[in-house]
Amino acid sequence: MADDLIYQPAARLAALLAAGKLSSVELLQACLARTKAVDGRVKAFNSYDEVGALALAKAADERRAAGQAKGPLDGIPVGLKDVIAVEGQPLTCSSRMLANFVSPYDATVTQKLKATGAIPFGRLNMDEFAMGSSTENSAFGPTANPWDLTRVPGGSSGGSAAAVAAGELPLALGSDTGGSIRQPAALCGIVGLKPTYGLVSRYGLAAYASSLDQIGTMAHTVEDAAMLLGVIAGHDPRDSTSFKAEVPDYRAGLATKKGPWRLGVPKEFFGAGLDPEIGAAVKQAIEFYRQQGCEIKEVSLPLAAEQAIAVYYLIATAEASSNLARYDGIRYGHRSAAAKDAIDIYARSRAEGFGPEVKRRIILGTHVLSSGYYDAYYLRAQKVRTLIRNEFSTVLRDCDALLSPTSPGPAFKLGEKSADPLAMYLTDIYTISVNLAGLPGISIPCGFTGSGLPIGLQLIGRSFDEAGLLAVASAYEQAHDWHRKHPVL
Amino acid sequence: MNYEAVIGLEVHVQLKTASKMFTRVATGYGEPENTLTDPVVLALPGALPVLNKEALDKIIKAGLILECTIAPVCKWDRKNYFYPDSPKNYQITQYDQPICIGGSVEIELPGPSRNVMGEHKQISLTRIHLEEDVGKLTHGANDSLVDYNRAGTPLMEIVSEPAMSTADEAFAFLTALRLAMVQGGISDCDMAKGQLRCDANISIRPVGETKLGTKVELKNLNSISFVRDGIAHEIRRQIAVVGSDGTIVQETRQYDGEAGASAALRSKEMAHDYRYFPDPDLMPVKVDETWLAAIRATVPERLFDRQRRYLEKFQLPYTLTSVLVPHPELCAFFEEAALLSGKPQAVANWIANDLQRELSAAGVGLAASKIRPLHIAGLVALVESGVISSSIAKDVFVDMFATGDLAEAIVERQGLKQSTDTGEMEQWVADAIAANPQAAAGFKKGNEKALNAIKGAVMKASQGMANPQLADQMVRKQLG
Repeated sequence: MADDLIYQPAARLAALLAAGKLSSVELLQACLARTKAVDGRVKAFNSYDEVGALALAKAADERRAAGQAKGPLDGIPVGLKDVIAVEGQPLTCSSRMLANFVSPYDATVTQKLKATGAIPFGRLNMDEFAMGSSTENSAFGPTANPWDLTRVPGGSSGGSAAAVAAGELPLALGSDTGGSIRQPAALCGIVGLKPTYGLVSRYGLAAYASSLDQIGTMAHTVEDAAMLLGVIAGHDPRDSTSFKAEVPDYRAGLATKKGPWRLGVPKEFFGAGLDPEIGAAVKQAIEFYRQQGCEIKEVSLPLAAEQAIAVYYLIATAEASSNLARYDGIRYGHRSAAAKDAIDIYARSRAEGFGPEVKRRIILGTHVLSSGYYDAYYLRAQKVRTLIRNEFSTVLRDCDALLSPTSPGPAFKLGEKSADPLAMYLTDIYTISVNLAGLPGISIPCGFTGSGLPIGLQLIGRSFDEAGLLAVASAYEQAHDWHRKHPVL
Repeated sequence: MNYEAVIGLEVHVQLKTASKMFTRVATGYGEPENTLTDPVVLALPGALPVLNKEALDKIIKAGLILECTIAPVCKWDRKNYFYPDSPKNYQITQYDQPICIGGSVEIELPGPSRNVMGEHKQISLTRIHLEEDVGKLTHGANDSLVDYNRAGTPLMEIVSEPAMSTADEAFAFLTALRLAMVQGGISDCDMAKGQLRCDANISIRPVGETKLGTKVELKNLNSISFVRDGIAHEIRRQIAVVGSDGTIVQETRQYDGEAGASAALRSKEMAHDYRYFPDPDLMPVKVDETWLAAIRATVPERLFDRQRRYLEKFQLPYTLTSVLVPHPELCAFFEEAALLSGKPQAVANWIANDLQRELSAAGVGLAASKIRPLHIAGLVALVESGVISSSIAKDVFVDMFATGDLAEAIVERQGLKQSTDTGEMEQWVADAIAANPQAAAGFKKGNEKALNAIKGAVMKASQGMANPQLADQMVRKQLG
């Protein structure tokens, strides 16, 4: 029974639960068994609360038996990146700084999951404070790519991507600041959706870069990603940047929204640095859409392609330097035993609590904001950001969505780029501008390299048009079976 | 050489709001430590600020009271610095775009005597902005404790122009500002509770010089009289330093009000780089005309405008106005009683003297007392129409205050109507003349004042119930 459940899409699991052919406890036990079997090698989880989750599963079964099931996700486990708060559970951000921190409150997305009966299960590994593209920056050790355990799963939501790809969980939430959902989804061969900035509440998401962070969904199929998005999306009065938008039925929209669409292909996203195998797979996907009658237009996004990385590392690090100031060893978190006074507590606790990449970005961001440099760096970066946003909105006036590779290369070897931060930063070159523009983006599987590593196709949509974006992505998925291929573990 | 001082004040005023500036937790003072907290106040991972509209309403109202220009957009910045009383290690504040720009505070300087109005001046403001208050540190021998109850309380920073030149002006500024804020419901401004805090920037220069001297910042002036004393002390100190060929150092000093002395805290070389930048967690807020108009409708009459109105329209003496005007509830009471009675001066006298005295003796506020404007108006009418004398009226007032009965009912109940019975009066007058032969003789020789002794005896015999005018007529008649 258990093996049959592994890799079943959440929509299918929901149907089995609704038909009484599966219980939530059985499903959770299958996930636990799979996790216990493979996670010693994959290392997607920082921790999980087996007893608590089983109690929730039992409650879900009792609700369903009483005819009081809350919704389609009632009784289905959803993994959470260890940056999203769940009351009574660890919230480590994969940092030594918060190794022993337990959140006393729920994030808004956690509350929404609980309200629909979904079971928040497990704390998934990540790059420390979501800073990184390989999950190697975790204080608790890297997660491995289920397709090749010697390779990275991508990051920063590498634990979420790997857990879904390895069949440990049907669904997971990640967070995406510069590609942290889409890039690991691509590298692990699953679907990863970063919604429009403001669609999903950030309340309870430990902030990295406030103006870029967005929680999104990771799943086996576009339909699953849509279902989960429907649960977590919507205005939240506790997040001032949350948008007062209507939340449509994304899943129902998949069946009703039909092409042909006008699709843009940004020529700069196919230049030097792109792995030829990936370029070829993405071009095949574009060809598929053309054959479906879509109008394919070459478009140009020069600033997005050339300036996005620089702009991102000014804005994101500036915000991070301020956001992470709260981790000071005074009220909670790591406090150095050697500290002698208040200033010493700060200096030593932060020196001991943060890893090298987090320190690098705090120092960079502190410099960016410092007196005399603010105008040259931060202010100028904000102006270029506006231009990048305008560039996208001009192009999207005539296109329903844009198509590009998600990542310039497939999963790389553990340790391969660790010594070269810039090479690591460049793995986000196609995803980062989407965060700067605040647009929705999704990565879906579109093939494999010769050595069997997954390739991701990125689709970029209009602001708050997740329904349209998901429909375009679903049309490709329906005609292909990349998403039905799974790693052997 | 003669020197003049140049003084600018920075005043922090806690806004009186039900909840904190960026979360729903209540504000409060004297609660058990760290009970007024939540994930936002404690800056837990993932917590986000959401603006409390009441705080913005209050600072806009404060700005309108002080005749500031209100910015069309309210924007938030982060001021980054590490200190254990600051949970996020940044403070949400307004850096380059304060919500209130300009404005002024009208002050009154001490007059030549208590009964004479002093000189009035307008002291210009630079800006007013909104920020969050920090927590409170308590330092022990081996450790420090921090209480975050105060953290996140909305705090308004009012910055004056360097437009004052004496400690008296600074004192008058703070007094007027505090009254305006209390009256507007902006803050209770209790300095003992830290609801109003004042720092002063002080420099001196030779009289006639236009360039500013080196300024010294005087911190933590924690009562209004310490503000006056501290500034006066600092001006004397600077003049003494310059007088002995010394140089004023730009520094921050702390004034010890008990000791009447100040000491240097830190010099400006240690200035922070606060790395201000717009807070990405908060959207700028548009302040439109409709919103402004709604707040403008709640702005009370300014204190000195009211005083001028009382002086001109009601013809009240200056001393009465200075008793009434600082107390809005007393003013509202007065205006209602004056309207009912048509005798504003008499009404004002009763309120400023007898009512104030009884209230403070009973230790109750006006709202809790049984006296309403109708009581005062009724009492005044009885005196004005000669039904009771002023001295009886004093007793009636005390009765009225205690029982809440109207004056007319008390006069009826106690039988206090002035006697106009001429038979009875004839007898009192005859007795009084007989008992005061010297006075009677004196009056007959033309000494008007001698009459008072006889009239006094009449009032005494009648136990205050004789109508004084009638008594006067009868005495003259019997002696004539």
